[in-house]
Amino acid sequence: MKGIWWKVLGIILVAYSIIMGLLGEVPRLDILNETIRVLYYHVPMWFSMIAMMLLSVIFSILTLGNYSFNRDLWAYEFARTGFLLSSLGLLTGMFWAQFTWGSFWTNDPKLNGTAVTMLIYLAYFVLRGSVEDPQKKARLAGVYNIFAFVMMIVFIGILPRLTDSLHPGNGGNPGFNQYDLNSDMRPIFYAAVVGWILIGLWISQLRSRFIKLSHEE
Amino acid sequence: MKNKINYLLLSLLMATPMGLIAQEAGPEMADTFRAEGKIYVVVGVLLIIFAGIATYLIRLDRKISKLEKVNNK
Repeated sequence: MKGIWWKVLGIILVAYSIIMGLLGEVPRLDILNETIRVLYYHVPMWFSMIAMMLLSVIFSILTLGNYSFNRDLWAYEFARTGFLLSSLGLLTGMFWAQFTWGSFWTNDPKLNGTAVTMLIYLAYFVLRGSVEDPQKKARLAGVYNIFAFVMMIVFIGILPRLTDSLHPGNGGNPGFNQYDLNSDMRPIFYAAVVGWILIGLWISQLRSRFIKLSHEE
Repeated sequence: MKNKINYLLLSLLMATPMGLIAQEAGPEMADTFRAEGKIYVVVGVLLIIFAGIATYLIRLDRKISKLEKVNNK
């Protein structure tokens, strides 16, 4: 198995976050109650999604500079994994919102921004699927991916901070110090983020190796 | 007076068969696993699911590695 150490590390970190995320001490807060633990599982989906999209856009820029089948493939696979992670983040977030904010969907800027971002990335997949020639596909998709990444940063990183949001850390007070992330929660949360990024890398790597194999035959 | 009661309790305790005391506490059960609102069961279930997914990924990785070896020859 290639790079077994970081794959096992990813498994260990996520397993640690599952165990300690449920058994560790958390602040006792109204409304949130025990659901504050969802933070360990919901938020890492977004962190790892952004990491995947960042890797995707890096490979897109690389393939724009100098086309190679591998670079274009990596750009595509990272975006795919990022989309999977964001879907899971959206579903878990909706479930959490139903029991804390009282509705599956609110007009929170972060929710709408995320929905738009996911549509932008869906268009990326549609664009890729509609071009036959691999070089032309890589070029068009690469340019579009840069646009998609910038839009993602604007929609989920900048706009929610400019207005009021139900999400913590938004509405003019960015950063993690405002978060309800105390010293008990921080190591578990960061372990989950790193663990899920590694698992995301792993899934992307498996898929791109599979695509490469099926191309060689 | 207090001493007398204590002695009385002690003699009562000694007179009680040990089996009766054990029955009062209830039969031995895996109580630690059910403590704190049975959260350990939830942890167990989640770990089983995650272990399954991890094993699946590892097996898939191995199979792809094998294919890559065959193709490179």
